[in-house]
Amino acid sequence: MKFTKYLGLRLLTWALTIWIGVTFIFFIPRLFPSDPVETMIGQIQSRSGQMDPLEMEMLRRSLRVQFGLDGSLWEQYLSFLWKGLLRFEFGPSLMSFPTPVGEIIRTYLPYTLVLTLTSTLLAWIIGNFIGLQAGFRKHKRSSKIMEGIAICIYPIPYFIVALVLQIVFAFILGWFPLQATIFTFGGTAAFIRSLIRASLLPAISLLLVGTGWWIISMKSLSSTVAEEDFVLFARYRGIPEGKIGRSYVMRNSIITQVTALAMSLGGAFNGSIMTEIIFGYPGVGSLIQKAVLQSDYNMILGCITISIVAIATATLIVDLIYPLIDPRIRYN
Amino acid sequence: MKRFWKNANFRLKAGIIMTAFFLFLGFVVYYFPHVDPFTYNTYRGKLPPSLEHPLGTTSMGQDVFWLLMEAIHNSLLIGLIVATIGTVVGVFVGLVAGFSGGVLDRVLMVVTDTFVVVPSLPILVLMTSLMKGSTTIIVMALVLGVFAWAWPSRQIRSLALSLKERDFIHTAWFSGEGTMQVVVTEILPYALTWSLSNFMNATLAAIASESSLAVLGLSPANLISLGNMIQWARERNAIFTRQWFWIGPPIVATVLLFIGLFLLITGYNDYLSMKRGR
Repeated sequence: MKFTKYLGLRLLTWALTIWIGVTFIFFIPRLFPSDPVETMIGQIQSRSGQMDPLEMEMLRRSLRVQFGLDGSLWEQYLSFLWKGLLRFEFGPSLMSFPTPVGEIIRTYLPYTLVLTLTSTLLAWIIGNFIGLQAGFRKHKRSSKIMEGIAICIYPIPYFIVALVLQIVFAFILGWFPLQATIFTFGGTAAFIRSLIRASLLPAISLLLVGTGWWIISMKSLSSTVAEEDFVLFARYRGIPEGKIGRSYVMRNSIITQVTALAMSLGGAFNGSIMTEIIFGYPGVGSLIQKAVLQSDYNMILGCITISIVAIATATLIVDLIYPLIDPRIRYN
Repeated sequence: MKRFWKNANFRLKAGIIMTAFFLFLGFVVYYFPHVDPFTYNTYRGKLPPSLEHPLGTTSMGQDVFWLLMEAIHNSLLIGLIVATIGTVVGVFVGLVAGFSGGVLDRVLMVVTDTFVVVPSLPILVLMTSLMKGSTTIIVMALVLGVFAWAWPSRQIRSLALSLKERDFIHTAWFSGEGTMQVVVTEILPYALTWSLSNFMNATLAAIASESSLAVLGLSPANLISLGNMIQWARERNAIFTRQWFWIGPPIVATVLLFIGLFLLITGYNDYLSMKRGR
């Protein structure tokens, strides 16, 4: 099979993933008995007392349009796919009316992407490096200690790691601010300084959990590869240990880890959301939290759609790198 | 049993002990008669640990120890229900996909992969925010189950694909057993040993998701779970007032429970591969 065919198939899966995911989130709110428009009207009524029935009917109709709930189910679905998926238009945000949801997400998304992608990549590199050392020299004491630490950190949910780091480093020691603040004014230098200060603790907590997993999985992979015959043969040929580690063991186990990286991105994104919420880091996670508190369904749907597209695309990119690393692959 | 314990590796032993300890707290100690820990002002608020209140009381005058027991019970219960749903559906979908092949297999796999790749938390947020606090433990478990089946079904499918070519399956086939018969009597026993580690994994993931949703205020408001307990303490400023005996226990319990379950999973997997003779 040619590379173009592999690429075509992979692009098709990418499109299907996004389509299934988005279709799923389109139908969820419509399957639940609660109606966001009626909830909203209830809220407005409780705030402003009784309303004129005619006025209320008008309000109801205009809210239906704002929520994309007018017309038949089929029409709603098509317009959701067309507007939401192809043009990233999700209607106005209801918590900061009338700014469009897409515009707000565009200002928050880069923060999340930078935080998630850098910490995921760093965790992957550091974890695989340590895991390789630990697996290649698995009888050393330091290998066992590293693995022990990894096993004790990896299974802990992201938000607990974040919470503990916040209590220890921000509250008790006071080295970091309790809540992240990023200055968008006062020049580039101030912006960058505040950005680093705000994202350091969130990034460290994401790194800790992520690195743990890569150490554990790389260790078990590389210790299996290290026992293969070709490694033994290389030793007999007198090839230096360092070169065996790099060109024989790493080369063979890193391939599996690239696929694993692609599969893990969704989980890493979940982790970012929780970490952002704990630290008040201004990303999509905090945005989702705000939207939930204020029942801004357009915003929630927008955030989910964009995160599905972002994660599916990132997975696609990792998958396309895969054949570059594995020369044996024949695209089938 | 004795032989199993002798053959078990260190991780498996540690995992079994830690998990058993939490099962004991959640399903035995929990049933000791005690005052409903949810009611406010049962005791004086902010009491330090004492014989009567081993972990002190909260600002609202609740006993932290019994709150914790109830939280462990409910979190484990959610985890077990979700894992059961996920395993049953996952094994079924995986077996169907692996054995049918063709178009059905492709369709099922694209759907499964979507559920593996797509970030689950935002979608869970959407579902629970539509129900906002008015859910029961069962509904919560059903919602979490939506994402629990995808990973097991992938694993089981690849297991089914490799089993399909084994001799004993062919033998069963040629001796005239129907597909259903083969799947139930020959494949399922295999799949179940595999599913056990998936089951524990799903338990862990479900407890983590529930507590994440709790931090967002989206877990049922009257459900005492580990996540909700942490969130309540956070909301009432337990950190700022340094009430470590209030916010500490649920955090420590969650951490230990997760490490225990994870040791159990990896230990069990190592044990299986050792038994297969590696």
